[in-house]
Amino acid sequence: MSNPTFDRITSDITSNPVMLYMKGNAMFPQCGFSARVVQILTHIGVPFQTANVLEDPALRDGIKAFSNWPTIPQLYVKGEFVGGCDIVTEMYQSGELTALLAEKGLPVEAAA
Amino acid sequence: MKTRADRIASRLAETFAPTLLQVADESARHAGHAGAGEGGETHFAVTMVAAAFAGQGRVDRSRAVHAALAAEFATGLHALSLTLRTPAEHPTTIA
Repeated sequence: MSNPTFDRITSDITSNPVMLYMKGNAMFPQCGFSARVVQILTHIGVPFQTANVLEDPALRDGIKAFSNWPTIPQLYVKGEFVGGCDIVTEMYQSGELTALLAEKGLPVEAAA
Repeated sequence: MKTRADRIASRLAETFAPTLLQVADESARHAGHAGAGEGGETHFAVTMVAAAFAGQGRVDRSRAVHAALAAEFATGLHALSLTLRTPAEHPTTIA
């Protein structure tokens, strides 16, 4: 069954190694949870692409269904769902997130 | 009337048989922003320790909790911060 929103998401997460679905954008996050993930990715120094779900109701609902995950933000690395704000924060604090990105061959500023 | 926090706590207790369960209503901290409903009860934080999480990764644990609380998400639960541990992990990983 064809679903244009799912097709768009598949394309996003395939063409962008680090893809963040969030509220607002990296410059102006519109939610504290989204802001925290932007801050973590920025601190790690990995390039990332964002999509603002507030600008697109179909995407806002679609990403929740696509990921089987009811909340925003959502982080994808190399096409794989990593998690939302809690998981990204935990993985950052433990060093797992930087390790994952490095393992996937992505540029990170320094090993944590 | 039972609050959403009460419903979340009883649903999680019956689903996961946790050894530790804390449910905090943090809606007041998010009042006024988009997604914060007029009646509050939109933003919650749950800390739960349950043997049921053994062998599950972070995403699977969270999905299990989301599934148990599907009725709450369908009726205005907007944000759910989760700290999910097994009893073996609990002593060292909860700050």
